[in-house]
Amino acid sequence: MTAIRVDDLSKSYGHFSALASVNLTVEPGERRAVIGPNGAGKSTLFNIIAGQRLPTSGDIYVYGTKTTGLRPDAMWTHGLSRTFQRNQLFKNLTVWENVELACAARYRGWAGFAARRSNVSALERDIVDVLEQVKLAHISSAQVTNLAYGAQRQLEVALALAGKPKILLLDEPTAGMSPAETEAMLSMLSRLPRDITMLIVEHDMDVVFSIADAITVLNLGEVLADGSRDEIRANEDVGAVYMGRQRREA
Amino acid sequence: MTAEVITPRRAGSYPIRIGIPFAVVMLLLAIGPLVGLPKFLQSLVVEILTFSLLALSLNVLLGYTGLVSLGHAAFFGVGGYALGIIASRFTPDIAITLPAAIAATVLLAIPVGWLSIRLSGFYFLMITFAFAQMVFVAAFRWKRLTGGSDGLIIPAPTLFGVPVLQGSQQFYFFTLAVFAICCVAMFAVVHSQFGRTLVGIRENTARMRAIGYNVRRYKLAAFLIGAAFSGVAGVLNALFNLFIAPESAHWTQSALVLVMVLIGGAGFFVGPIVGTAIVIALQYWLSSYTEYWGLVLGLLFIVLISGAREGVTGLLVQIYRRSHRATP
Repeated sequence: MTAIRVDDLSKSYGHFSALASVNLTVEPGERRAVIGPNGAGKSTLFNIIAGQRLPTSGDIYVYGTKTTGLRPDAMWTHGLSRTFQRNQLFKNLTVWENVELACAARYRGWAGFAARRSNVSALERDIVDVLEQVKLAHISSAQVTNLAYGAQRQLEVALALAGKPKILLLDEPTAGMSPAETEAMLSMLSRLPRDITMLIVEHDMDVVFSIADAITVLNLGEVLADGSRDEIRANEDVGAVYMGRQRREA
Repeated sequence: MTAEVITPRRAGSYPIRIGIPFAVVMLLLAIGPLVGLPKFLQSLVVEILTFSLLALSLNVLLGYTGLVSLGHAAFFGVGGYALGIIASRFTPDIAITLPAAIAATVLLAIPVGWLSIRLSGFYFLMITFAFAQMVFVAAFRWKRLTGGSDGLIIPAPTLFGVPVLQGSQQFYFFTLAVFAICCVAMFAVVHSQFGRTLVGIRENTARMRAIGYNVRRYKLAAFLIGAAFSGVAGVLNALFNLFIAPESAHWTQSALVLVMVLIGGAGFFVGPIVGTAIVIALQYWLSSYTEYWGLVLGLLFIVLISGAREGVTGLLVQIYRRSHRATP
């Protein structure tokens, strides 16, 4: 069963078509990148899959369940977590408190309350696990506003990981990072368990080629190409519209 | 790899640090009448405690959830009116009037909350304002039920047929006990995982949704909790005066409570109590000199909001932290 299936997805804003009949499948455990020039519709597609936006037409399935139009919190219950292009953190709280809020989401309701009461350290253990996973344990007591940008991006990923997702949507995870910070982020992402399916929107082609197993290229709201890294590298059309190869060759 | 430093988020001693001074103040207030606290000061304390409860209930919305309501006093009014109507038409027995009045407040808060939490920011403020005005107009116009502009005289309360809360001292202790219980309950709520979730919603609603929280459900819960405690304050106010008038639900009452919370410090649990004490004490003190006491209050508000956004409590906390940092 596919992890994510997007069927004939379209999104229009008035007369402007941001997405036109986009089809996409992401297999379980796959790491797929969605790339494309500015205005290609990457963010629109990403936000519709995450439940932030409603499509004009078309459907989305997560592990076979139709999730079209579900709110982000409902998408989360289907095992889908996301990061944001611009950090969406709890700036006035500490790193620990940020991760705690995200981890505690799994301990809600009476069942969660009972579980927490019976094992008070379970939540704290989860928090420590996530902090260690993203290498932020040593600064867990720091307030978010005092963190370096790179650490804030890592925390952004930590909040998504805290939900123990089956599918992780990463919206430009290395945007604005220095080369060293990018390297650290890539290293962290590559260490994540392979059973987490990843869908990544990213501009940096080095990042895309180092993380993704498969790549979907969008252009003007349509799928231009879809394939493995090597196939996309060799694709003339992609080179023309995205990498500017044609212009350079001319 | 093991973490170098893991610092748990909370100091576990916080409830103790705030609980001990709170218990001391409650104890001092409890022995006050026994060592000759004048009657007018007892009335002042009752008024401060009642309005502190109202301000604390607003703080669940404002300080913890980030929802600025301009209609919170409507629940204060509804609590009082519900008690007054039941007492004057059916029975003044507080075993019935108290829970019924609070239940009536919560019942009204369900549709109002359901509707208003769908909006945020300015729109939430305006819808709560409109609701408060509807309650005010209903109280003002529905003369047969509410007494209209003349207000509603409330029969003296009984408990299982026996008159209770007749003397001012008896009522003083009753208010103190209700206030203490409500404070402990609200403290437990805002310092629970639920309370931390409300803070998360205040800080970043989009992220809370993305990490799996049904934000509307939490906002509605906060709204109902705030309304319930506001209803308790309304009940206390009605029982204290044995009278209720439409002005108790007017939006200006909501605005005054908002000012109390902001002057005290919305981000702090004790902030609304501090703010209420300052505003009511100023009102008493200044009104003996001038009828324009509101001008002074307005000036204080402007100065505080300009210079100390976190209110008096925030200012005191800052001073305390600085002095501790300065100490070698």
